[in-house]
Amino acid sequence: MKITDDSPPVLTALDRPNSYIGRSVPRPNLQRLTQGRGQYISDVTLPRMAHVAYVRSPHAHARIVKIDTEVAKKAPGVIAVVTGAELAKVMTPWVGVLTHLKGLKSTPQSPIAVERACWQGEAVCAVVARTRAKAEDACELVVVSYEELPAVTDPEIALDGKTPVIHASLGDNLCFERKLDVGAVDKAFAESHAVVETTFRFGRHTGVTNEPRAVVADWNEGDQRMTVYHGTQAPHMMQNLFAKHLGVAEHQVRVLTKDVGGSFGIKVHTYADEMATVALSKLLKRPVKFVADRIESFVTDIHARDHRIKAKIGVSRDGTITAFEIDDLTGIGPYSVYPRTSGIEANQIVNLTGGPYKCPNYRAQTRVVFQNKNVMCQYRAVGHPIAVAVTEGLVELAAAKIGMDPLELRRRNLIADDAYPTQSASGLKFELLSHHEALAHLDSMMNYAGLRAEQKKLREKAIYRGIGFASFIEVTNPSAAFYGVGGARITSMDGATVKLDAQGAIIVHTGVTEQGQGAEAVVAQCVASSFGVPMDKVRVITGDTDNTPYGGGTWASRAAGIGGEAAWQAGKALRANVLAVAASILQAKPDELDIRNGVVVDKAKGTERLPLEELARVAYFRPDTLPPDFQAELMVTRHYVPRAWPFAFTNGIQGSYLEVDTDTGFVKLLKHWCVEDCGTIINPQLVDEQIRGGVVQGIGAALFEHCLYDERGQLLNGNMADYLVPMAAEMPDIECGHVVSPTADSELGAKGAGEAGTAGAPGSVMNAINDALRPLGAEPLTDMPFTPDKILAALGKV
Amino acid sequence: MSDHALDISLTVNGERVQERVDARTTLVDFLREGLALTGSHVGCEHGVCGACTVRVNGEIVRGCLMLAVQCDGAKVETIEGLSDSGEVADLQAAFEQRNALQCGYCTPGMLAAAQDLLRRGGVPSRHEIREHLSGNYCRCTGYHAIVDAVEAVAQARAGAKK
Repeated sequence: MKITDDSPPVLTALDRPNSYIGRSVPRPNLQRLTQGRGQYISDVTLPRMAHVAYVRSPHAHARIVKIDTEVAKKAPGVIAVVTGAELAKVMTPWVGVLTHLKGLKSTPQSPIAVERACWQGEAVCAVVARTRAKAEDACELVVVSYEELPAVTDPEIALDGKTPVIHASLGDNLCFERKLDVGAVDKAFAESHAVVETTFRFGRHTGVTNEPRAVVADWNEGDQRMTVYHGTQAPHMMQNLFAKHLGVAEHQVRVLTKDVGGSFGIKVHTYADEMATVALSKLLKRPVKFVADRIESFVTDIHARDHRIKAKIGVSRDGTITAFEIDDLTGIGPYSVYPRTSGIEANQIVNLTGGPYKCPNYRAQTRVVFQNKNVMCQYRAVGHPIAVAVTEGLVELAAAKIGMDPLELRRRNLIADDAYPTQSASGLKFELLSHHEALAHLDSMMNYAGLRAEQKKLREKAIYRGIGFASFIEVTNPSAAFYGVGGARITSMDGATVKLDAQGAIIVHTGVTEQGQGAEAVVAQCVASSFGVPMDKVRVITGDTDNTPYGGGTWASRAAGIGGEAAWQAGKALRANVLAVAASILQAKPDELDIRNGVVVDKAKGTERLPLEELARVAYFRPDTLPPDFQAELMVTRHYVPRAWPFAFTNGIQGSYLEVDTDTGFVKLLKHWCVEDCGTIINPQLVDEQIRGGVVQGIGAALFEHCLYDERGQLLNGNMADYLVPMAAEMPDIECGHVVSPTADSELGAKGAGEAGTAGAPGSVMNAINDALRPLGAEPLTDMPFTPDKILAALGKV
Repeated sequence: MSDHALDISLTVNGERVQERVDARTTLVDFLREGLALTGSHVGCEHGVCGACTVRVNGEIVRGCLMLAVQCDGAKVETIEGLSDSGEVADLQAAFEQRNALQCGYCTPGMLAAAQDLLRRGGVPSRHEIREHLSGNYCRCTGYHAIVDAVEAVAQARAGAKK
């Protein structure tokens, strides 16, 4: 393993001439975006296009007694007013379950509520009009009579027998539960020198993509085809779902993604209002556009992280961690979200807690319950921020209790760097991780000893600074073990088709999608390197189910590790085909030739033999000059799916340095560090920027972001003035470092890097706050977000 | 309800525009839907996120907090104009080089806000850059790269003047 601070790693296996692997080349698609020439779904307009606005339930739980649409139908510009019952004739409902999450249950969900609304914001009627403004005007004229039903909002009492059952057909409010008991937990706690027990709470929050969810659905009655312009991360998954629930064949549905204004896991799910928009297009035989406005985003974009976890750690006198125990409870709204389910986050917490450590004793329980709030589902780093904050919070509380430095306690317990392959107590299989090397790198990068000295000196002046850490593991490059085995048509495979065009340039179609992470750049780098052309000769096309190879899209940090490998292999295969053509033209042997920098060269001497443009001219326009038994094949497709390991785990450690104002309770972030090991680094700049963006998203969870509901299930802060997100002024500079442990599952060796920042930041910030306040005798803060009022309460000032 | 429509006359990116607009139409909706200038984006619709930041009579404003009718007689500049005139070419290049954008949705507004700061001259500190951009929401980058890019352009422009 080799530490690489923003410098290209030496990668012998990939060390092709003019390789772009490990180089920070700019993304090819950026100029369009900086010039305001991007085309987001919210920019799309089509001939005959109409706009839909939805009448949404003001109640968390209510029976829909009557919907009077007569006045609305006569309003200016209105084309149609459609209820759930009417739309049910066009689209079937769905149920969000996976068979490998044993016992997980849910109930059919419709595009528009029929008979009953189960959360505040659920659509109960659609108004289609010539403009969005006219549609919204007419929404106010739809008269819906509701009979309000009791709202189940508090997960703590959802299962107590006295609380009403939301879906009578399910029998109770339990969606999913899982228990795990490994080793000898009770014995380990009994024999521990110290045991720390506390309760962690995580505030429900959401993705707040800058561009809200957007869809333009265009049913062409003449072609009998549905074209959906959709801001989605997973076009092939959506193609399947639109087709399935419209009752048409998949080939009758085309999904196009265009530019996507942020996703973060928000745009990888089935949303009732998007499904309804597609159904309305089929019903009305014309394009229909829906763009969520900001309050619609807050009440319908999936929420995440609403967990209460009772947690316990034991340590021996020498700092050895003896056992972990967690009891998780989470409320996920009235439905398990389709098709990925709302059980994955809780399941991940059970899998990941304690994951970096060699502790063999682990007991976990999770219960996932229904409630009348907006749905929860997978959002960037799914479960990781919670598992990491719980684990690392316990680790630092234990260190404080036995008077040991928190990094030293980690050194004594992290899985040794030479212990691989190995597995966690929960059964996660690790191919190769680098916890100790990452920790040592962080220690020196942040000058830990120097910071501790500074912290001590400033405390004498009543300035309270804190240093906190979070070691973490991250699930990336998922195989079929994630969703496929549970029966969902979500492929873990991805493909790339590459072709040599008639002027010697390379066109790539890839199944992975671009929402800003840099997937297009990474795919272009892989193809340019393995084929042998300059980057500016590669054009990448994504997000079109009619034209790209079948693929999973971009989620779970898979685009580079899976899509990149497919692109790498496709480039190699095309190189072999092109060299066969060159050998035929030059009457040479293919293995004596290579392609470098866009030119066919003599492999040994590097001298030019044939420009690609000339090769393409001969192959396309003068095939008559080639031998009669030779056919040039200038387009190839390769697919890749991880096989040897269910997931390519990555690891890393974050450090946070901050100052708490003990008079106001405000936290000032001074600096943040992250050392991460994502295997082969294809583009160091893109990896660092994924980490930085992820860290700030995690900081949002730690300090600001919280969907606040009252006891009747009303969201109290569904706007960006009241729901706070990280803005530039409050954020610190973030320094990134790397360790490189490639996966042997692919030739490229790349693992994912999209979620590491979000996974570790909340825990490290929490630990830093508690480190700052410890000398003041404050109760440890474990209830995110850590707003000033909570900090002042911990200090006994309010 | 849209009972009132008014005629307005203004210049947008140097082009004269005469249109009839509903009194309730915001400037950003007018730009996007009326003039098909989709470079200005709609994020929060209540003046917090800055995705709709444009320049009106030399000052940056929120396109979602200003009505189109308030721009009668005004000079409006959007990313399309700032880009085509070359005024922010160095900022755009720095953003591209530094990967100071990911999804790009905030970028037109972010560039307008950054140019507003840099037009004042001098080399602002990283803290001053962060303060000035604190009304522009970016969910992707974590801001560090944006601050780097703006700082680099400020230094280059100051150097070029010497």
